[in-house]
Amino acid sequence: MLLSLRGVTRTVELPDAPPLEILRGVDLDIDEGDHLSIVGRSGSGKSTLLNIVGLIDTPTSGEVELDGVPLSSVGTGRRDRLRGRNVGFVFQQFNLLPGRTALENAETALLYAEGRQFWQRRRIATAMLERVGLGDRLDSTSDQLSGGEQQRVAIARALVRGPRLILADEPTGALDVETGASIMQLLIEVARSTGAALITITHDPNVAGLASRHYRLDRGVLADDAQGLLAAAGVARQLPPAPSPAAIEGGAS
Amino acid sequence: MRLWTEIVGAIAEAWQELRIHRTRVLLSLIGVGVAVAALTTVVAAGAIVQQAQTETLERQGGRPAHVTLNAYDTATGQQPDPELIEAAFQRVAERYDIGWTSRTFGLGARVQTPYGVVDAGLSLADPDWGVMHRAELVEGEWFTDRDALRLAPPVIVNEYLWRQLGSPPLSSHPTIDVVSGDRPLTVVVVGIVPSPLWDEYPQMHGLTAHMDRFIPREELQYQWPQLELWLPVDNADALMEVVRRDMAGALGEDVQVDAWRDDYLVWGASDPLEFVRLLVAGVGILILLLGALGLLNIALVTIKYRIREIGIRRSFGAGAGRVFFGVMMESVVATAVAGVAGVALSVLAVRILSATLLAEIVQDVPAFPLDAAIFGLVVSVAVGALAGLLPALFAVRVKVIDAIRY
Repeated sequence: MLLSLRGVTRTVELPDAPPLEILRGVDLDIDEGDHLSIVGRSGSGKSTLLNIVGLIDTPTSGEVELDGVPLSSVGTGRRDRLRGRNVGFVFQQFNLLPGRTALENAETALLYAEGRQFWQRRRIATAMLERVGLGDRLDSTSDQLSGGEQQRVAIARALVRGPRLILADEPTGALDVETGASIMQLLIEVARSTGAALITITHDPNVAGLASRHYRLDRGVLADDAQGLLAAAGVARQLPPAPSPAAIEGGAS
Repeated sequence: MRLWTEIVGAIAEAWQELRIHRTRVLLSLIGVGVAVAALTTVVAAGAIVQQAQTETLERQGGRPAHVTLNAYDTATGQQPDPELIEAAFQRVAERYDIGWTSRTFGLGARVQTPYGVVDAGLSLADPDWGVMHRAELVEGEWFTDRDALRLAPPVIVNEYLWRQLGSPPLSSHPTIDVVSGDRPLTVVVVGIVPSPLWDEYPQMHGLTAHMDRFIPREELQYQWPQLELWLPVDNADALMEVVRRDMAGALGEDVQVDAWRDDYLVWGASDPLEFVRLLVAGVGILILLLGALGLLNIALVTIKYRIREIGIRRSFGAGAGRVFFGVMMESVVATAVAGVAGVALSVLAVRILSATLLAEIVQDVPAFPLDAAIFGLVVSVAVGALAGLLPALFAVRVKVIDAIRY
């Protein structure tokens, strides 16, 4: 088991109000190669769950285990290193570092690596950008890239350290339908080829429909979304065909 | 190994940061650089003025601890036999291993110039006097022991007298006829001491050894020498008293020997340069505070704009220590560069100041003090560390989740 959550709750203290329960008794098992989707309305706790799964946040109660090791017994510094080594984030707003080139952005994650990954960061980042179809845009800064290209850079950055868990928070939220589809295709493809688990948080049933396991988060409670699965399967049939490698190479905005 | 990659990684990160935000960095650097330049210039100029003032004071009263002795016979009201005084003085100097001594006479002489005969001041001393009073020459050299052997007495004249002589080159061995003695005397000019702007009186320095050549023999007994000693500062007062007592003992019961310090360190209870030092330090600290505040202000504003970036870096594994070190290093590296620029600017400013304003006020402008340059660099690094500390603490406290959504 790569990661497991048992009885995870997350509560936020509010001034002059009772504590707000964002997550309630969440149980979740994630294996390498899994592809999960989590859907839910705004404010349902999706991002909080993603932050806990991504070792950014800690639960108020319950336990998170990585490779069977309970993270409650792990110090902050080690958790930072575990996060850098095992988790790759793809954000809705891309979150590229402004002013940096695509290559520098992809290199960012490797600045916190060690050994070969650190010293050969330029070569590794270049190879990853070529893999996501941006071999000819290495020196373009983020403001010179289209939305689709920026998300590809973000994907390259998330993957350069070979994470075992890719967390995508609304990865297509800022993209049009076609570009979103090509981005998802790319994410699924690279996750599959590296054997990494992919967790996608989305509002979009089309995107959720691409996953193999479906969850719905409602008022902090995580549940299997069998109904959603059926619905998503219905919409997935309406998705445009997967883009060709040439289309990926050219990017789309 | 991990430490090494952490350091190299932080440097690469800081370099990227400085490159991307070069306008902001440049602006903050200008502020720090100007502050460091101002501070270093004040310290350097202060040190130069202080040094110049010290040298001026040492020329007047001798280098600390400078002691003058005087002897007179209480019975006759006259001075004791000059030869006795000289012998006693030499014995005492040898007994206490005092290496720097001089017999000094303040006299006058009439000298022939192209404009006619003029009165000139004549100061006779032993060769050590030049070192004891930090004598500096515009041209030529101060007397040595061998100059006492010259048949034509050598003199060192001030610039004013030298100009009256027609500014002859020293290589031509210019001579002056002294007409005030009881026989003809021609002296050779071997050096020139500077004349301040306000000095319009001809002045000559000669050797005590040639005293009988300058004044009539019958007047010799009326010339009272001042005996000067240069003593170590640490035990100067005790040594002065011992020397005075020994001299008095050697010259007999009726002879009273007085001894006193006349270097600038004994002028009043406190150091006369203390005010200059305090003023310089006060101005320096004020400038430093202003520079640090400006830098801190820019750094704090900047860090607020970088919250998202810090969050992104942390999501990819940057630990709190790395973020702290990175922000601190950006600040320190930037201010260190600004410090180097500031010190360079300061050297330039002081050089210009020395060539113009200071050259009018002081005769000998010392070189740019190394202490001031080191001080400027240390201060710039310290300011960078101080100004980087608060933003770095702020950066560490940034919550990753909030930062990414910022």
